[in-house]
This record gives sequence, C-alpha cells and structure tokens, in this order.
Amino acid sequence: MIKISIQQEDFDVSSEINSMNSKTIGAIATFSGIVRDSSESSSLISLTLEHYPGMSEAALKKIANAAKREWSLEAVRIIHRVGRLLPEDTIVFVGCASAHRQAAFDGCRFIMDFLKTDAPFWKSEETQEGSFWISEREKDKKASESWLLKNT
Amino acid sequence: MKILYFAWVRDNIGYSQEELSCPEHVRTINQLVEYLKLQSEGHARAFNDMNAIRAARNQQFVTHDTKLSDADEVAFFPPVTGG
Repeated sequence: MIKISIQQEDFDVSSEINSMNSKTIGAIATFSGIVRDSSESSSLISLTLEHYPGMSEAALKKIANAAKREWSLEAVRIIHRVGRLLPEDTIVFVGCASAHRQAAFDGCRFIMDFLKTDAPFWKSEETQEGSFWISEREKDKKASESWLLKNT
Repeated sequence: MKILYFAWVRDNIGYSQEELSCPEHVRTINQLVEYLKLQSEGHARAFNDMNAIRAARNQQFVTHDTKLSDADEVAFFPPVTGG
C-alpha cells in the first residue's frame, strides 16, 4: 500500500506508524525532516514550502513505487507539508514497512534522496534580513546519483 | 499553450501562469524561452541564466531541447529544494 499526502496541516507521527502496521510487518523505518535554522547571517523566522500541484503528487508516487518494487516494501507513507512552517515544525515524513529492517531502512533513504532531487517543491526562508529562495545542494544531487550508480 | 512559473522564476515574472499562442517557429523549450524573454523585462530576468532553470512538459521533467505542442502545459522553475 502506498499513501501520499501533500498538506498544510501538521500530523501525528505515531498514528501514521500505526496505520502501516500489519501481521506480516517486521520492521517500520521512518524519517522526519524538521525546519532548522540554516541561514548563516541571521536567524530564521519561517520557512515557506511551495509545490507544483499535480506534478508533486505524481513525482512522490513514482519515487514510492520505485522503492516498493526494489525492496518489496509492504507499505510506504509519504507526507510533505506545504505553506508557511516554523522552526521545529515537521516538513516531511517518510515511512517504510517491510518484513525485515534492512529493506525498511534502505527504502526510507532511497525515497528521501530522490525526494530531494526529483519532486517539485521549493523552500523560501524568511529571515530578519528578508526572504530568500534556498539553492539546490550539490550533496543532494550526489546522494540520488549514487543510487543510480549502484544499479549499473 | 499554458505556461506555469514557480519560486523565483514567478517572482521575477510577476505572475504564476499565462496562456499564450506561440508563433510557428516556437517548437522547443529553448525556442519558447527565447520568445518569452521578449515579453517583458521580468521574463528576460527570469530566463537570464538557463543553467538555473528546470522545465516540465505536462508535469514531467524535460530537457531544454524537448519539442512542444500547443496543447502542452509547460512549467519553468529553479532546481527543486523540498524535503
């Protein structure tokens, strides 16, 4: 089962984990991405997440499907929040449920690495000095490329 | 053709979407960009550095040499930064 949500509202991580559980599941790995103050010059007031409605859901679904196929995951849950978020808010949640832990861990890492490079979301930081669009990180590109190298 | 703009591409252009009937010689993403740059100073600013621009055709990432048709939805945006 794959379930994707793009939403403004906060959510409850423990009920998301419970919703992935079933008799054949031996492992559920999760990742939560949190708003942090990464601006160097001044402290962060808020982070605004924008997305391309329609394409963002489709992109996340495609990534989740690829992970489910690769590691025979029984359940994949992705929640990506949009709109204005504050420090310590959760931006993104990924959960992978499987019979064994390795598949659940790997699935989670794979989904996050591709979410960073293949899903149309953009962050803008509101700081004391004004608002700025965040630039893409070379490290993120390398992380998703490394999965492609493993498959060749 | 329906054209959508996101993030700082939209900020430069001043609005998030427009509907255009392009001249016949506009057949690829690159040719569309050259045509759009003539529309306003904001368009010219947004497309000043094409290395910083990503494009989607009908909600799929595409390269800048991709062919277009009039019924397409085309989107321009910076490299993605979600998660």
